[in-house]
Amino acid sequence: MINFGYTINTDRQIDYDNNDRRIAAFLSEHEPTFRICISCGTCTATCSAGNFTYFNLREMIVMLKRGETRQLKEDVTKCMLCGKCQMACPRGVNTRNLILSIHRAIERFEQP
Amino acid sequence: MEAAATLAAGGLTVTVMEKTDHLGGHLADWYHLFPDRRPGREVLQLLTKRVQEGASVLLNCDVTDIERNKEGFVIHTRQHPPVEAQALLVATGFDLFEVRKKEEYGYGIYDNIITSAELEKMLSGGQPLLTTRGTVPRRVGFVHCVGSRDAKAGNLYCSRVCCITAVKQAIEIRERLPQAEVFSFYMDLRMYGMGFEELYKEAQEKWAVNFIRGRLSEAFENQDGTLMLKVEDTLTARPLRMNVDLLVLMAGMVPSAGTKEISRMLGLELEESRFIRPRDRHMSPNRTNIPGVFIAGSCTAPMSVADTIADARGAAVEIMTSPPAPLLERRGEKGVRS
Repeated sequence: MINFGYTINTDRQIDYDNNDRRIAAFLSEHEPTFRICISCGTCTATCSAGNFTYFNLREMIVMLKRGETRQLKEDVTKCMLCGKCQMACPRGVNTRNLILSIHRAIERFEQP
Repeated sequence: MEAAATLAAGGLTVTVMEKTDHLGGHLADWYHLFPDRRPGREVLQLLTKRVQEGASVLLNCDVTDIERNKEGFVIHTRQHPPVEAQALLVATGFDLFEVRKKEEYGYGIYDNIITSAELEKMLSGGQPLLTTRGTVPRRVGFVHCVGSRDAKAGNLYCSRVCCITAVKQAIEIRERLPQAEVFSFYMDLRMYGMGFEELYKEAQEKWAVNFIRGRLSEAFENQDGTLMLKVEDTLTARPLRMNVDLLVLMAGMVPSAGTKEISRMLGLELEESRFIRPRDRHMSPNRTNIPGVFIAGSCTAPMSVADTIADARGAAVEIMTSPPAPLLERRGEKGVRS
């Protein structure tokens, strides 16, 4: 590519209306506790995977709700399903089934 | 109203002086109360019945002057003969924050932006909820803290009731419009009361209300009449934009015009927030800097209906047990509401 001496930054805004929120809709239906997360971060604080890699379940849930799924496929594989987050969650989110449902949703909605 | 009823039940002579042509203030316009969705009308009827049993009520009172003498106070109005009283209870309440002041939210500039109080009236009216173009809203946004926690608006305080009101109204929108998505833009969700957090959870769980943490920065009108919102989604640390069909501004509470006027007439000390300053927030929340002048309800701080009723009872007890005037012996108690 020709270097014109400047770059164009991509838009950092979350474009809610145009984002693909099918995975969020799928999760809301198949694991309804997805809806009741209050973003307290307890899951992330206790997360074994998160201590060593960039894995943040609290952030992943919000991102999913906004239809921001670019990092999702890579990130979700980092979870080892140890279940500590589920024990710690004050809201009773079924985090294990949430992760498994995310895997299923990715398979279902992945672009061929 | 509650204070008048309690004082009358305690054997004192009570006169309620009301500025408008009906009792009940904002409660008269409120469809359902949080958190149990009880009709506002029902509580107002109970209060009215209690007041009518023991107190005399003067409506349309325009207080022009309050005189102090050895016996107590003489209240002059334009409409009625002077009223003498040994003690005054100021219960002048709140006004809604004038949301036009938040120009960036577009109220009064664009269509389809309403206040929480207007929504409440629409809900109690029972007519279908439509946009100004006659369409059924597919997406409704709620903006928290409009005129509250806002130094630029001159109000540093939290109005307390708007968070839970927004949650309640979000559920009511979902009930009326099951196809609509509802979004709530908040900084914190202050679910301080019994049953509030539960209602918030119900809003998420049962009604799929979406909560986005971030204060709305601005709203614009699109050509098709929808509204474009800009907010920072602070939990993702990214700016976010979306369109809604209807936007509800959760207007905060400010001291009412009547509160301002009566406190000026009486020389009552005000807080920095311009609400009336109690002599001691902990121990004498219903007394003021002027002996014989008491306060109750949202003229002293933003308050829910339940808190106002509790505060009113506290004020009644304070009046009945209050030196220096041995009020119970004189049987000449009066309340004033403007």
